[in-house]
Amino acid sequence: MASTSATLLKASPVLEKSEWVKGQSLLRQTSFVAAVRRHVAPSRLTVRASSAYADELVKTAKTIASPGRGILAMDESNATCGKRLASIGLENTEANRQAYRTLLITAPGLGQYISGAILFEETLYQSTTDGRKMVDVLSEQNIVPGIKVDKGLVPLAGSNNESWCQGLDGLASRSAAYYQQGARFAKWRTVVSIPNGPSALAVKEAAWGLARYAAISQDNGLVPIVEPEILLDGEHSIDRTYEVAEKVWAEVFFYLAQNNVMFEGILLKPSMVTPGAESKDRATPEQVASYTLKLLRNRIPPAVPGIMFLSGGQSEVEATLNLNAMNQGSNPWHVSFSYARALQNTCLKTWGGRPENVKAAQDTLLVRAQANSLAQLGKYTGEGESEEAKKGMFVKGYTY
Amino acid sequence: MSAFVGKYADELIKTAKYIATPGKGILAADESTGTIGKRLASINVENIESNRQSLRELLFTSPGALSYISGVILFEETLYQKTSDGKPFVDVLEENGVIPGIKVDKGVVELAGTNGETTTQGLDSLGQRCQQYYKAGARFAKWRAVLKIGPTEPSELSIQENAKGLARYAIICQENGLVPIVEPEVLTDGNHDIKKCAAVTETVLAAVYKALNDHHVLLEGTLLKPNMVTPGSDSPKVGPEVIAEYTVAALRRTVPPAVPGVVFLSGGQSEEEATLNLDAMNKLEVLKPWTLSFSFGRALQQSTLKTWAGKKENVTKAQATFLVRCKANSDATIGKYAGGGAGTGSAASESLFEKGYKY
Repeated sequence: MASTSATLLKASPVLEKSEWVKGQSLLRQTSFVAAVRRHVAPSRLTVRASSAYADELVKTAKTIASPGRGILAMDESNATCGKRLASIGLENTEANRQAYRTLLITAPGLGQYISGAILFEETLYQSTTDGRKMVDVLSEQNIVPGIKVDKGLVPLAGSNNESWCQGLDGLASRSAAYYQQGARFAKWRTVVSIPNGPSALAVKEAAWGLARYAAISQDNGLVPIVEPEILLDGEHSIDRTYEVAEKVWAEVFFYLAQNNVMFEGILLKPSMVTPGAESKDRATPEQVASYTLKLLRNRIPPAVPGIMFLSGGQSEVEATLNLNAMNQGSNPWHVSFSYARALQNTCLKTWGGRPENVKAAQDTLLVRAQANSLAQLGKYTGEGESEEAKKGMFVKGYTY
Repeated sequence: MSAFVGKYADELIKTAKYIATPGKGILAADESTGTIGKRLASINVENIESNRQSLRELLFTSPGALSYISGVILFEETLYQKTSDGKPFVDVLEENGVIPGIKVDKGVVELAGTNGETTTQGLDSLGQRCQQYYKAGARFAKWRAVLKIGPTEPSELSIQENAKGLARYAIICQENGLVPIVEPEVLTDGNHDIKKCAAVTETVLAAVYKALNDHHVLLEGTLLKPNMVTPGSDSPKVGPEVIAEYTVAALRRTVPPAVPGVVFLSGGQSEEEATLNLDAMNKLEVLKPWTLSFSFGRALQQSTLKTWAGKKENVTKAQATFLVRCKANSDATIGKYAGGGAGTGSAASESLFEKGYKY
């Protein structure tokens, strides 16, 4: 009937303007700034700040981002740890994993240079070989225990062979349990691949997953380390890396804001801005520093207390030199390290699985930790570095 | 940059089209163990596996009823259950031209910092689970996202998070051979009028289809399970023609024609109300490029449940009741419902609305 169609066309079920200005929920925000301006209703921007853990989160983040210190990433999954152990001819058993992690965290005085250690779930609940809880040893060393909470990468359909990161189901209760066990910060690693695009979908998926994880972590007392790793793989130039990094960080911070994450209570774990591993261009530490700092200044709000770089396959020495170059001037955030391979490589090889090598291995760990500590203060000189430490650790198509 | 066309694309399109056959609809029998316990409690029946099995057997073996049903959504337990003479339910359904479906979400959790809004969980390892369900005979899936209307709700966060969850779920299903039913339910709770519900439903559906597009979902291989557009539960009721008008207008503005079928949820309406509203929509003479049908849980089972009351001697009568509702809704999908299918008395007109209903 014509009259019915006419009614459908005429009927404009839209609210009166006065009704929706009050509750901004029906407006589609295109920028964070616009959202803040239009926001009149009970401000959700303040709800997070009054959450039970707010003060503790800020304190923890600041502690981890303390001068001269950085993070030891030792959260290799059992499979990945297996690869490390295999490289020194050891079997991947719980006992060997326990022995290795004991070696790392009992290095005397480690806490001078290391403010936080990221653990894998098994390790969080483990004891050292002499029966003390790992988390207790860390606390005694003045090192904050952290926990890897993501459940790894899976293929992303409809993308260009890219991946997305799982782990949100039940994350709130898992985080609460980890807090009970002594963890005070969390980590979630997602990746973006330049040779594969990255596609808009992959970037959006990465950023949104990080934002949800960050919000849930804070609600359960854990400082989230936000890690969108832009993989080193590829032949691209440093300019291309810069371009991609700009987009990724813009989107990450937009979604963090949408999810009401408190920036004073997070830490970032970005990749440095460098040419791709297979690029013909090489960049000096000063160039890496210049590009990376420019990116950070353009994208990272000063409220964020600490930026803890990942090493992503650089050699131990490269990673230290680059960090040092970034700390030659003052920065609005603590610029430091969260290294796994770049701290552990020589130490692992020195140990070789033998008890008699434990002390020597711990010494090499302390050497690297101190080197990076100096780099954080901009005082690293690079004297006396071993050849082993200079070896690149890039593995093409490395699956973490 | 368009939809992801994987190895199951043709099958997905065929399945979705079949489920959307005019004259047929979906029986939502995927109540979780907790929820079915509430139903059984209402007729004083114990919540044990054999009773759950008896109820579902009653429904699936109702003579003639399945001819009006194109798909049944099952809970995981039911997918692997059998009739009392040992025949897998999946076989019973397939023999009667009914496609088995499976609920794959893991329920809702609160979005902190909001006023009681939620997000739906279930994405971790979803791909693997879908593969197993496909092996067991399921060919479509369902994931329920929930939004509510309030002074500052639904919030932008809730809309984005729920839309994104639906899109991720949908593409993972399609990768693994299951047609995803996309269900963004806007709850009826509240004292808002029908115009507010319409505006919110349109905003939510727009966000959902944007997310489906971002995630490369093949729309021809999906179904939509929306709420009807109605006044809030605390507001004065309106007639089926008004509901039909607002609902169809909302869909015409937001749902692309590539989607083969819209299968409404009943959300607490009485059996009769739900049928009348669906019928009114199908009587509207305006272009509707998707079929408008049903995916009812309570609105198909309520009277049947009461008639059965857990007693073997009532099974035949209960099955007859069930047949009446199935046929009534089948008629409604082609705009031919004459009304009065409430023959079994007041039960069919009983409102099934529960404030703050926890699914």
